[in-house]
Amino acid sequence: MEILFNPTKLLLATAKDVVPVLALLVFFQMVVLRQPIPRPGRIVFGFFLVLVGMACFLGGLDLALFPVGRSMATMLTENAVRGSAASWTAYGWVYLFAFMVGFSTTIAEPSLIAVAGKAQEASKRTVSAIGLRVAVALGVAVGISLGTFRIVTGTPLYLYILVGYTIVAIQTILAPKVIVPLAYDSGGVTTSTVTVPLVTALGLGIASNVPDRSPILDGFGLIAFASLFPIISVLGYAQFAQWMAHRKGRM
Amino acid sequence: MLRQAGTALSRALLGSCRDLAPIVVVISAFQVMILRQPFPEFFSIAVGLVLVVLGLALFVVGLDIGLFPLGEALAEEFARKGSLAWLLVFSFLLGSGTTVAEPALIAITREGALAVSEAGLIPHTQASITGYALGVRLTVAVSVGAAIVIGVLRILRGWPLPYFILGGYGLVMIMTLFAPREIIGLAYDLGGVTTSTVTVPLVTALGVGLARTIRGRDPLTDGFGLIALASLTPMIFVMIYGLVVH
Repeated sequence: MEILFNPTKLLLATAKDVVPVLALLVFFQMVVLRQPIPRPGRIVFGFFLVLVGMACFLGGLDLALFPVGRSMATMLTENAVRGSAASWTAYGWVYLFAFMVGFSTTIAEPSLIAVAGKAQEASKRTVSAIGLRVAVALGVAVGISLGTFRIVTGTPLYLYILVGYTIVAIQTILAPKVIVPLAYDSGGVTTSTVTVPLVTALGLGIASNVPDRSPILDGFGLIAFASLFPIISVLGYAQFAQWMAHRKGRM
Repeated sequence: MLRQAGTALSRALLGSCRDLAPIVVVISAFQVMILRQPFPEFFSIAVGLVLVVLGLALFVVGLDIGLFPLGEALAEEFARKGSLAWLLVFSFLLGSGTTVAEPALIAITREGALAVSEAGLIPHTQASITGYALGVRLTVAVSVGAAIVIGVLRILRGWPLPYFILGGYGLVMIMTLFAPREIIGLAYDLGGVTTSTVTVPLVTALGVGLARTIRGRDPLTDGFGLIALASLTPMIFVMIYGLVVH
């Protein structure tokens, strides 16, 4: 077994992510705005926690999730190919797996947790953080399983995206105005540390196992799905909540 | 301070256990029921899960006591002093500076450059592949910087977001017709990967902080939308890059 967990290397890698941000903030606060940093000890401690937290999180994912996820993606696609290569229905397990991976990784996504918390705070609790996260996770799940379906059938990516954004455009007109910016944001938030590596591995695994698919032309595009569908699901969630409130009001 | 952090941490630990439960259930269900295989290296998986739970909790607490207060203090200060030029410089640096070094971006541009060279659009040499990957990476960084600048201006002026987003996606569709086929999938994906785990919370804090400080702006309707723009512009810019290079 090779040693995947290397604390020093991980800490250095996350420091490369965190330190420039901290430097930028401190520079602007002190040099440009000429303001003292509020409670510097607390802030440094907070950044330290972020750094250690990210290192633990990424190291843990490398140990626990990624090997299992990757081997499972290839095993599932191999099984499906051996079953019956001709029909796309043979890939049922693949779609189910894509759905569940999409949902479970999005619920644990650190940046989504942060943004959902901010949304709850900014909306004075009319938007619930956990409701938002479940809506986003469902969107990612549907998006990724549809994306694997696209890879299996080999249909062009832009068609799906075009239809998706048409739906978003229509929903934008119909949905409550307050939720629109937040819904747009949840598209970009979902795809960072946890989801991207697993989903990319899934896409490449499927594209290289399904006959007549090239990982180069067909393997990309899952992330685009995962950023499109949360917009639809969050807008839909808001529309549903509005409709329910409306119905209750009438009764 | 330490005791406060301690209670926050224990609450966050509980939360992250709950957040990770779906992952554990999914992985074990598939492993046991469908693949019918025992876990390979059970011990290392258990250690990994403990680390993930701990890491997530530390990260969330750290954001609350470090990153968010500093980001919001900055946003308020900018809004009060009204130094627009500096605010825009800051926004650009925040967007592009944090994107350029993003590990996910580095990985995906390398893959993309390989794909493009295998399709025969650029010479199949090490130098040209590295150059192409760097070109795409810089394009993405500039486009994210530009997106945050546009988004901050939008918050200050109170322009409605849907026009930007729907107009932007209209542009993406038009660009898709003209851009080389091999770069389209990559360009679409790049929209999603650019915003990293540290950048997203900070950019959100900046937007919400600005909207809260400026009179007549609502934190919910005006404060969000920066991430959306930052996931949109890379698609347009990378397809333009593809058109120019080929």
